[in-house]
Amino acid sequence: MIALLVRDLRLAVRAGGGFGLGLAFFLIVTVLIPFGVGPETGLLSRIAPGVLWIGALLACLLSLDRIFALDWEDGSLDLLATAPLPMEGIVTIKALAHWITTGLPLVLAAPALGVLLSLPPSGYLWVLVSLALGTPALSVIGTFGAALTVGLKRGGLLLSILVLPLYVPTLIFGAEVARRGAEGLAVQTPLLMLAGISFGTLALLPFASAAVLRINLR
Amino acid sequence: MSVRDLAVARGGVPVLEGLSFTLAAGRALVLRGPNGSGKTTLLRTIAGLQPAFEGEIEGAGERIAYAAHSDGLKSMLSVTENLRFWAQVFAQSDIEPALDGFDLRGLEDRMAGTLSAGQKRRLGLARLMVTGRPVWVLDEPTVSLDKASVARFAEAVRGHLAGGGSALLATHIDLGLDEAEVLDVTPFKAAPRVSALDEAFL
Repeated sequence: MIALLVRDLRLAVRAGGGFGLGLAFFLIVTVLIPFGVGPETGLLSRIAPGVLWIGALLACLLSLDRIFALDWEDGSLDLLATAPLPMEGIVTIKALAHWITTGLPLVLAAPALGVLLSLPPSGYLWVLVSLALGTPALSVIGTFGAALTVGLKRGGLLLSILVLPLYVPTLIFGAEVARRGAEGLAVQTPLLMLAGISFGTLALLPFASAAVLRINLR
Repeated sequence: MSVRDLAVARGGVPVLEGLSFTLAAGRALVLRGPNGSGKTTLLRTIAGLQPAFEGEIEGAGERIAYAAHSDGLKSMLSVTENLRFWAQVFAQSDIEPALDGFDLRGLEDRMAGTLSAGQKRRLGLARLMVTGRPVWVLDEPTVSLDKASVARFAEAVRGHLAGGGSALLATHIDLGLDEAEVLDVTPFKAAPRVSALDEAFL
């Protein structure tokens, strides 16, 4: 399992598409928002938590189709399926590798990008916490979508259509944690809901992902 | 490993049926048959990548090392990194015999993406040696290999058989293996079946 994680991280670093692409997209979205809604800091600070969450979500979406596509194309997915690794473990490691290469950089970059959106000082911590807690769910849900569409030509668009509705609960509670935190309100309820979604998806979806991957490999 | 009354299907349609054979330790079985006859489907079924349509397979599962048309190599990893990864996946550590057996010395630090088609194939086959598994299931293993590499591959298979392993190969090339029997799958082509739904319409 560790070997698979190390290999995927090494490939992400060498290919350069993992860390850079999502971060660059996140930065561009965040920079474009003030051009679209105007420079009024009051408005920007109000929408900053939601914008950061949507930016992170879309940036996460960009690299989902690569989770299994490359292994499918070069035949290593077939070979992994015949290896002494449980398929559930393989998809969990794939989701973890995706989170480390895509989700984690977004989590770390979000507070810095909050400056561009006049995020209130009290919001930085909660943007960081909500993204740290919510982005693993984005990777796990995305891995499920990637398993569903692996092997399909132009499956990227279908993947987005499948996955975006599944992201809605994470987005609602993640952005709510960040918003309430920024406004100095209690965050306990949405924070617990967000944690529930993350742990729930982590507990259940690897089994579903493994099942659809087995069917797709036939 | 043995199969009994095995039927395999592609896309839900049976392509081969009534297959029974036993693969003993130290023996190889070469599958022959025209393109599209179902050899790949049979090998994928035995490797556990798809369920058998009918019949039983015994002694496969965790004992199989499978090599498909694609080599499963990562072009951004070196020869050594590719082999070491698969060795770790199969809880093995020694990749030296694989490097020697498939003449990969001198290429250890080369990225797999910069290798020629034949070199990639050799690396893909070398992966079998780091699995430590006794039953090799190989689909057209000699594609892209030159004469010398085919001979080297045959030698590796001979060594594997001599060590108590076995091999099931689909290949059109005569590898000169004394330990091998040939099974032509053509007579086992599945007869067209009428589904219950078709029967109702008829």
